[in-house]
Amino acid sequence: MSGFRDKGGDRVSPAGASSLRAWFSRKPRSNKPRARAQFNLRARLVAVLGTLALCAFVLVGRAVDLQLVDNAFYQRKADARILREIPIPTSRGMITDRNGEPLAVSTPVESVWGNPQELLKSPDRIPELAKALDVPEDYLTRKLAGKADKEFLYLKRRINPSVAQKILAHKIPGVFSQREYRRFYPQGEAMAHILGFTNIDDQGQEGVELAFDEWLRGTPGAEKVIRDRRGRIVENVDLVRPAEPGKDLTLSIDRRIQYLTYRELRTALLESGASSGSAVVLDIHTGEILAMANLPSFNPNAVEAGNREAHRNRAVTDLFEPGSTMKPVTVAAALEAGVIDLDTKFNTNPGWIPNGRYRTTDTHNHGVLDTTGVITKSSNVGAAMIAAKLGNQQFYDFLSRFGYGQSTQSGFPGEGAGLFPSPARWSGTTKQTMSYGYGISVTPLQVAHVYAALANDGRMIQPTFVKGQPPRSREVLSPTIAHEVMKMMQTVTEPGGTAIQAAILGYHVAGKTGTARIASNGGYSRSYSAFFAGVVPVDNPRFSMAVVIMDPDPSRRGYYGGLVSAPVFHNVMEGALRLMDVPPDDIDTWLAAQAAAEKKAALAMPPRPIPASTPVDPTRPAVSLSTTAVSQ
Amino acid sequence: MKTRIIVFVLIVANIVTAIGVVNARHQHRQLFVQLKRLGHVRDELNIDFGRLQLEQATWAEANRIDQIARTKLGMKFPESADIVVVRP
Repeated sequence: MSGFRDKGGDRVSPAGASSLRAWFSRKPRSNKPRARAQFNLRARLVAVLGTLALCAFVLVGRAVDLQLVDNAFYQRKADARILREIPIPTSRGMITDRNGEPLAVSTPVESVWGNPQELLKSPDRIPELAKALDVPEDYLTRKLAGKADKEFLYLKRRINPSVAQKILAHKIPGVFSQREYRRFYPQGEAMAHILGFTNIDDQGQEGVELAFDEWLRGTPGAEKVIRDRRGRIVENVDLVRPAEPGKDLTLSIDRRIQYLTYRELRTALLESGASSGSAVVLDIHTGEILAMANLPSFNPNAVEAGNREAHRNRAVTDLFEPGSTMKPVTVAAALEAGVIDLDTKFNTNPGWIPNGRYRTTDTHNHGVLDTTGVITKSSNVGAAMIAAKLGNQQFYDFLSRFGYGQSTQSGFPGEGAGLFPSPARWSGTTKQTMSYGYGISVTPLQVAHVYAALANDGRMIQPTFVKGQPPRSREVLSPTIAHEVMKMMQTVTEPGGTAIQAAILGYHVAGKTGTARIASNGGYSRSYSAFFAGVVPVDNPRFSMAVVIMDPDPSRRGYYGGLVSAPVFHNVMEGALRLMDVPPDDIDTWLAAQAAAEKKAALAMPPRPIPASTPVDPTRPAVSLSTTAVSQ
Repeated sequence: MKTRIIVFVLIVANIVTAIGVVNARHQHRQLFVQLKRLGHVRDELNIDFGRLQLEQATWAEANRIDQIARTKLGMKFPESADIVVVRP
């Protein structure tokens, strides 16, 4: 357009003024004698206008091309430079115990990261940054130099948000922070094995954290933002998808019983000088695992990579020979087959019987025992005699029905199935040794599971770590035989049995000790594993518990299951019965014990007033405790 | 004449919807900002809640309570002589 106006020659810039004037002043000159080709103003205008129009046309065409034809392509290019889809981090679900107490909680932390390209542009600020990060300067320089061509480098991960704010407050270009989540385990070592732990990227690595990773893990959301050259967010454009936080998980574990189990196991290990131990408590009617403790343990809040040995949840992964805890099952097998009854007599004289080239021996010569006596005195010879009446396949089928050699399907990662060879691989001595728990391996959870089935009228319920799962059960034994075996096991904790240490005042306890030599290098070593498995109370059973303590020092408390493991059972169950408000099924013994204690006190000192004024709560159904003790 | 009216109506409708689009976009921006803000508030509250739960769990740690009950408060487990059994 301006070309037309310039024609007037009155509005030109001084620089081009003379030449233009010369151009326009040609017309008058054309009349001079120095004639040239005729000047055609019209043609020139057309040429100029045409050129300009062509330029304009090209420009418009290009604009059309950009705006309409290749629009999508260029839009994409532009967006790729400024629009960013950034993830919205989300928290992992909380794990609680059966009463809603938090066991694993995610709290946000900040991770400070830097853009090496940006950072290296201003090297004078690196000392300041190193100081803020609390790292040596040359270390930081080396790290940055190594990633000089990258745009992302973690400077410090998972720190307190307030510390991160302090680092950011230096306003060093190229330093940013992002939110991450860290897992905390308030129960610490006591529950470390069940819960497991997560790695630095918040993914479950072991235990429940691994087994239920998908459930616990949230789905990070995404949002579109516009970022400026420095990576700062200028504007939030759109929410692509909202973040979905992980779902909470309620475990079947009772925090109080768990702590009690852990504490008692630790005490027993210290007192007996043992190397490791495990304990499992099962709810008999629902199959829920109420407690599961292992030693040695670790601190899940500061997992060290080196200490793999302590990370194992021995109660489900490690295999033990069950020893005498097998005997009640052997007896049940024979009772079901009808080859023995309650009054069958076994002459265990002289305290041993041959087994191939070996001998099966008892600790003492128990003489003539009836079926109950075999359990009460834990006679290996008696168990061997019972097994002799059963066929190999018959015995094998019965034990497989009880889940020997199969995982309990509790869903715990790395759960062991046990070792239970089929009859084809048995040698001549296998059945006999198996009848008292050698030549077969189980996990402590399996033992607790089997005992729970005996107590639950012969119904096996799949153990679970999650509260409120509908119990999946199958019948493995008739209720009548289960009751008979329970009554036999009850004699074990009564005077004359092998585990009077497991008796609990006011309750009938059915249980069985087991002491097995630890197999090593193809033979049996001089070290022992001390087992105790039991259920309580016998009438209307509630809990099944298995305790195994490995390698107790024989010079301290001994190595028998009754001496080493039964006290753990006693202490834990006594607390658990009180915590879960289980009514006593044996008040008579309690009253008798009380009368005896009073008599003793009366003899020892002048009579003191009978505590008649003790407040008694009439609302409590059967028994009320006058003294309130703090719960464990 | 008729077509003119139709064209006129369409033009008016076009303008109205164009303004509507602009308006909707504006609303979207505003609501999105609000959503972000509220989401942030919610996150902060959740974080606080988690921290408080963690703190509570730490205070209520069984070991600690056990120790305080035994040492500071002088509590102990009732001995069998202290327990009175009441028959219904």
